[in-house]
Amino acid sequence: MEHAIEAFKREESLGARHSGAAAASDGKIHIERTQYPYVTGSSVLGIKYKDGILLAADMAASYGSTKRYKSFQRLKPVGKHAVIGASGEMSDFQQISTMLDELTLRDQMWDDSNTLGPHEIHSYLNRIMYQRRNKFDPLWNNIILGGVKNGKKYLGVVSMIGVHFEDDHVATGFGQHLARPELRKQWRADMTLEEGVRLLEKCLLVLYYRDRSSINKYQIAKVTEEGVTISSPFAIETNWDLEAFQNPTKNAEGSW
Amino acid sequence: MARGVKEHATWSPYENNGGTCVAIAGSDYCIVAADTRLSLGYSILTRGHSKLFKLSDTAVMASSGFQADVRTLQKNLEARQKGYYHQHGKPMSCPGMAQLLSNTLYYKRFFPYYSFNVLGGLDTEGKGCVYTYDAVGSYERTGYSTQGSGAELIMPILDNQLKSASPLLYPPRETATPLTEQEALEIVKDTFASATERQIYTGDGLEIVVINKDGIHKEYLDLKKD
Repeated sequence: MEHAIEAFKREESLGARHSGAAAASDGKIHIERTQYPYVTGSSVLGIKYKDGILLAADMAASYGSTKRYKSFQRLKPVGKHAVIGASGEMSDFQQISTMLDELTLRDQMWDDSNTLGPHEIHSYLNRIMYQRRNKFDPLWNNIILGGVKNGKKYLGVVSMIGVHFEDDHVATGFGQHLARPELRKQWRADMTLEEGVRLLEKCLLVLYYRDRSSINKYQIAKVTEEGVTISSPFAIETNWDLEAFQNPTKNAEGSW
Repeated sequence: MARGVKEHATWSPYENNGGTCVAIAGSDYCIVAADTRLSLGYSILTRGHSKLFKLSDTAVMASSGFQADVRTLQKNLEARQKGYYHQHGKPMSCPGMAQLLSNTLYYKRFFPYYSFNVLGGLDTEGKGCVYTYDAVGSYERTGYSTQGSGAELIMPILDNQLKSASPLLYPPRETATPLTEQEALEIVKDTFASATERQIYTGDGLEIVVINKDGIHKEYLDLKKD
């Protein structure tokens, strides 16, 4: 397994701008590929509820430790039946959005009253992510895709190296660690819209308290048979009233 | 960048999503089973992910390892199977599929499918057959096998309980189990329950498929979720 990576690494150079291989002046092939993400989005959550799917994400896009963008839309509709939410490198997400828009436009241009369902779109996404991983130039995203078509609800995830699965509730990033346990405990198949939103808000609150790259500004996307709606930004009430916050250093070791 | 200085990789094209697979061949049946947990490090991604894949009415593959590679391998083989069926007017035999799987894995010898497979089904005579593989296509036909996270825990139990002929005998004897389908099924369920106790990547649910002359019968049971 290490062979392939070693072989590429040995000839790495920061020279050529395009992602393909290019012959340089010393005759060696120089290949550039994604190494680190730069502008990143944090967690995305997704749940199935009685009438369809709910996705939630905050509107922050960070540049390292700086919260650079505070109105970044990390949830996007895809066609008529699905919505996509991404964490990770936001420029890669924008490129994926473009690819999916092209896909759904081409599908619509057939004008055959058949549209790509969420399962098909997820399949397409999976293949894109896996193919980029094969080229050692991944799209640095963890993506959730949810949708409803012909009454069937679909909720799936795909990671930057192509690992994908479906479930009744999903989360990326910190959400996988902080939100999933709460979702596992509280989720039910017959939740109403209000119950679903309340459950997501509870998880978003935990993430706001504990994930330093999150902000208190969210959007929730709802997909039902009727279509996709993405809410306007909203905030959740937080509570900093705890006694431990009044005198933060009182019981801290080594403080005065 | 100075030549000869190796950069530290920031991401790996592989990860291990865990899981355990088992296959047992009898005189006229074959059992293929796998747990349904998909993991990443200390996290559980999902509790309900199937590792079994039906290639034909006489061949079922169970795979664990890196899920993206497993899925790609399944799609690859499925496409080849369909092509064979349309070209030859009959589905591929299990031994034929076994060779194809080996070749497909070795084709990517220098950027392997991180997939640990067992293939189970009925051979051309209707007898149970099991083929076991490593990630690059090295394979053998055997009477029973396990692959994946819990393999080291389960294999010794199968060696002990299935009452098969020893694989060390010369001249070689068939290692398919003389036990009945029901007896073998009980052993499969017990071994998975045991592996679940001691192994973090095995658990949540167990999918069992039984292949015999009546077709393919699927069963599901819960495993411990901790």
